[in-house]
This record gives sequence, C-alpha cells and structure tokens, in this order.
Amino acid sequence: MSTRSYSDAVADPYEAPPLSFTDKEERTIAVRAYDGSDEEMEALVEMYDSFDPADRAQGIPPGREDRIRDWLDNILGDDCLNVVAWDGDEVAGHATLVPDGDAYELAIFVHQSYQRSGIGTRLIKALLGHGRVSGVEKVWLTVERWNRAAVNLYQNVGFETSDAESFELEMTIRLAEPDE
Amino acid sequence: MKVLLGIGGSDDSIRALEKTVERTADADDDLTIAIVENPSVERSRDDIESKVTDVLDDLGIEADVLHLEGDAGSELVDFAENEGFDQIVLGGGETSPMGKIQIGSIAEFVLLNSHVTVTLVR
Repeated sequence: MSTRSYSDAVADPYEAPPLSFTDKEERTIAVRAYDGSDEEMEALVEMYDSFDPADRAQGIPPGREDRIRDWLDNILGDDCLNVVAWDGDEVAGHATLVPDGDAYELAIFVHQSYQRSGIGTRLIKALLGHGRVSGVEKVWLTVERWNRAAVNLYQNVGFETSDAESFELEMTIRLAEPDE
Repeated sequence: MKVLLGIGGSDDSIRALEKTVERTADADDDLTIAIVENPSVERSRDDIESKVTDVLDDLGIEADVLHLEGDAGSELVDFAENEGFDQIVLGGGETSPMGKIQIGSIAEFVLLNSHVTVTLVR
C-alpha cells in the first residue's frame, strides 16, 4: 500500500445528509444515506445500467447488469459509506467511500440526465459530511487528468493533488485531526 | 510470433504470466520471459523465477527466461526493439478497493514509448 500525503488542515465541515435542494433545472433533489433496502439497491442498478460508458472512470461503473451487481455488492457493504441523490424514486447520482486501510477511497457518479445541474457538488459535500460524522479521517481518490470538470469539482470542495506522476491524478483531503 | 513477457512480480504480472503461457500453448508462439525490477514489489527475483518455472512446467511450455537489470520500462522497450520481438506483454494493472483499474508505472512507460505492439492482460 502506497503512503499518501494529506494536508494538515482539516477541510470545511460540510452538512451531513439528509438534505434537499432545487437543482439548476428546477428539480427537487433529496440527498440521503443509502438505507440498504432492496428498493434502493434496484434503483442504483437501474441508474448504472443506463449510465453512458463514455463517462466511465478507470473501468467503473462496469457494463452489463451482472457486473454492475457484483461491483455494487462490493461498494455497498456495511463497512462502506454511501450517499444517493434522488429525484423522486429515480437515482440522479451516487457517491461512495470504500475503506482502504486507515483511509477511504472516494468515487462519485452523476447520471447523464442530471449532469451540469449542480448535483455533483451538493452530493460530494453531503458524502464528505456523512464521512465526517461517521468518523472518517482521510479520503483519497484518483481522477483522469483530462477530466477537468471532475478535477475542478474535487478542488472546489478541498481536495489537493497528492500524486501527479501517473496517468491519473491522485487527490486527498483530511476530514478530521489525526486520531492520537 | 515472437512474444516478450515482462514480469516484475506484482499480482497482475503473475496473472499475465499464467495467461500468456496458456496462450503460448494455443498459439504456438515463441515466448521469452524477462524478469525485471519493480521497485513497488517485495517479491524477490528468485521467487519470481521459481514461479515462472512452475507455470512453464505445469503446461509443458518451453521459454527463454532472462533477467533485465535497471529501469524496467526502458529496458523492456529497448530489448524488444533490438531483438526483433513482435509483441510485449505486461500485466494490465491492479484494481483499487473501489474497483478502479490502475495501470502500473512500467506499463505506462512501455505503452507510451514502445514501437512494438503492447498487450496488457486483464
């Protein structure tokens, strides 16, 4: 496991879900922690099943429903933290923290029909808020360097580049003081 | 076809070894296996070499096995080009806890610098 560098400064304490807001298309979007029910799981499968492969990041979400289910089983586990943006009973976006040693790896996906509506920023802040109140100290992610929209989003919420030597940029954020 | 497999001991390189040796049996390729330095891996060269021998013996495949010293990516590209190989085969990356594919630094260098066809094994 590589040693990543994290800022000494703790990021802004974002509000934890549940919360709701009106997006740029005047839709009411509710952000809630994933409740583990079959209904929510199926709604997520449906969102990823119609997800544009052009917006895939380093192989996720995978194509084909069976692979989507395997992948979701892995990241919706009890030790993971998941937040979902809802438009009624339809999933607009999903963000997740998956444990990795003493830190968590982050990923966020907003469905094509909901992009450029301000949902990504609200969703990632809600996930970081959820992580903060759940005791998460450090979060990292990788992002393809040509994906400027995503890199800007991560920078705006407080992520800093920790490794720029690979195809993907690695970025990190600190949510809490070191637990001594 | 003259195939050069580069192996530095990461898990994906071991998977590439297994799949390439299987494929060699099917395709009747001429396989050379180059053991290289991967600084991010703890497995020793001796361990890697005995793993290589095991996999070759299991499938009854003959291959030249050699060691390349120095920077793995550049040595592989140089060797493949000078020795007339048709293809370089490497492990296609590890996956993060999230399931994201992360290509190793050796593969990154070879992909961007090799004039010989490159295959990444998934």
